[in-house]
Amino acid sequence: MSGHSTYQPTNRALIWLEKRLPIGGLIHSSFIAYPTPRNLNYWWTFGGILSFMLGVQIITGIILAMHYTPHVDLAFKSVETIMRDVNFGWLLRYLHANGAAMFFLAVYIHMFRGMYYGSYKEPREVLWILGVILYLLMMATGFMGYVLVWGQMSFWAATVITNLFSAIPVVGDTIVTWLWGGYAVGNPTLNRFYSLHYLLPFVIAGVVVLHVWALHVAGQNNPTGIEPKSDKDTVPFTPYATVKDGFLIVCFCLVYAWFVFYIPNYLGHPDNYIPANPAVTPAEIVPEWYYLPFYAILRSIPNKLLGVIALFSSIGILAFLPWLDTSKVRSARYRPLYRQFFWLFVIAAVGLGWLGSKPPEGIYVILARVFTFYYFAFFLIVLPLLGIFEKTKPLPNSISESVLGAKA
Amino acid sequence: MNMQRALFALVLAGSLVAIAQPASAQLTEQAPPPRQKWSFAGPFGKYDEAQLQRGFKIYREVCSNCHSIELLSFRNLSDDGGPGFSEAQAEAVAAEYKIKDLDDQGNQIERAGRLADYFPPPFANELAAKAANGGTAPPDMSTLAKARGYQRGFPWFIFDAVTQYQEQGPDYIAAIVNGFKDPPPAGFKLPPTGHYNEYFPGHNIAMPPPLQDGQVKYDDGTPETVAQYSKDVAAFLMWAAEPHLDARKRIGFQVMVFLLVFAGMLYFTKKKVWSAVH
Repeated sequence: MSGHSTYQPTNRALIWLEKRLPIGGLIHSSFIAYPTPRNLNYWWTFGGILSFMLGVQIITGIILAMHYTPHVDLAFKSVETIMRDVNFGWLLRYLHANGAAMFFLAVYIHMFRGMYYGSYKEPREVLWILGVILYLLMMATGFMGYVLVWGQMSFWAATVITNLFSAIPVVGDTIVTWLWGGYAVGNPTLNRFYSLHYLLPFVIAGVVVLHVWALHVAGQNNPTGIEPKSDKDTVPFTPYATVKDGFLIVCFCLVYAWFVFYIPNYLGHPDNYIPANPAVTPAEIVPEWYYLPFYAILRSIPNKLLGVIALFSSIGILAFLPWLDTSKVRSARYRPLYRQFFWLFVIAAVGLGWLGSKPPEGIYVILARVFTFYYFAFFLIVLPLLGIFEKTKPLPNSISESVLGAKA
Repeated sequence: MNMQRALFALVLAGSLVAIAQPASAQLTEQAPPPRQKWSFAGPFGKYDEAQLQRGFKIYREVCSNCHSIELLSFRNLSDDGGPGFSEAQAEAVAAEYKIKDLDDQGNQIERAGRLADYFPPPFANELAAKAANGGTAPPDMSTLAKARGYQRGFPWFIFDAVTQYQEQGPDYIAAIVNGFKDPPPAGFKLPPTGHYNEYFPGHNIAMPPPLQDGQVKYDDGTPETVAQYSKDVAAFLMWAAEPHLDARKRIGFQVMVFLLVFAGMLYFTKKKVWSAVH
């Protein structure tokens, strides 16, 4: 898509380098000359925001790791030392903790955008699946990072989540013991979580490279869902996309800074300021907000094994989305019925998030079951059938026609 | 395999016994703590030095008899954004404490505290704390103001993000100090070692009413009432839990102004760049 490089360095050192390693040409074709559809709206800036957040998390994380001690007797205290005695340690820790939440906020918007505009469809299936893998890696990384604080919620979240694997028949208990490195969540568990929490972000960075590579092969989707046909349909990445992404990254930082500086503990649970105590179970064990929809799905099913299967299927099913959606039309703009089912799906997903924070009793259980049913029905019933029965609206002839035609 | 099961059952049983303690209660039935006015609330909030000093006095004279505050060091008393003691004053406070240490020959000794020392705990260990307090160890107070709170529920929790209501912890602590009722309301079965508290989850708190009017002497003319004490000690505990709050909010404002101006500049740059294609 990016075609042959038009990169012509004039600096002699750069000419010398380019002959030996054409890295300048790669950067130029990927981030400067790369043609992007001219009609991208602001929902398309969240890819850039996510790259930015990954950078923030890795940088703050590496510095935090210099001051953190992964030991059951010292972990909580070392976090408090960071908060109290390390210069700007409070800032680093709040940036990192709230950064995880912002990372997930951005990824959810990014995913919903992909679903709304059909960005997962041919030829972008691999791009989408790489995204699902990134999301899974993020969930694992975020969970293990939360455990490192070694507060009450850290400890009990680790206990509950690792215990999910005990639902596996025959080998479940053995797997859980293996995961823990002992017969309960303890020091070996904390140590391996620390090791993996440091490793996985770099795995994420690697998969991001693949994700961006796949993106640059297929080219970006756009709000019309039709492919660019001529040069009139695209603009070069720099300056058009760079300045637009830059503007929204700074706007996103305003929200991020609001959390970090004014309400840094808003998204946390008070119990995580109590040191982990295996002898005292908290009155309620609640995961971080970004896992709540899946927690609600897990609890809405009365059988433990089936609940765990539903939990993992609810994420795994995303990988099959390109084939479950049978419609030839990508963008929800031209799919009046899909649009309604899409927004119902958003309501179900957000609703499940709210229900995940509620005790599993009375009306909450019934609602969680209704939403869980819809969550799966959306993928397994609605999407395959819509492609057959939906009457879509006529598509514009080209991107430039859709932009300039609306203007004229 | 059986060994694991047995261990897991043991942990589970242990935790069930543990929940039977105060923390078990349904959060829903506890009355929401009244909202107090805090000098450190909101985007320009700052600790009130005089209030932190009064709160420290209460901690020292009353709370510290049962509650440790092990993450707080004497040097912290003279830190920026704290109670505003001078270094000499903080040193004088430290010198009033006896700290366990070793001498050159390795003998256990007690020496006067120094700035670098941490506040010594009232009990030698957790078992001693439990034994002396009817089976429940008084919680450490270092992070207590952030480790307590109450659920605001929908839709209030959404508004709280915008209005920056972050003081559930100190509100709750102040409410607990004021919330004792003796005798308990008719029909409430209170265990003999418990005390009825309106704001405590489950209402049965092990701690007796800690403060009475006039118990702690103030020399700045502030009313010596439980209502006032509760606020002062809650403010002190908030500082102990979040000692860099002043700096956080001050820097936060600078960051917000910078980001707003930067976003504005980028907005107009973006408009200019895109004007050619639109």
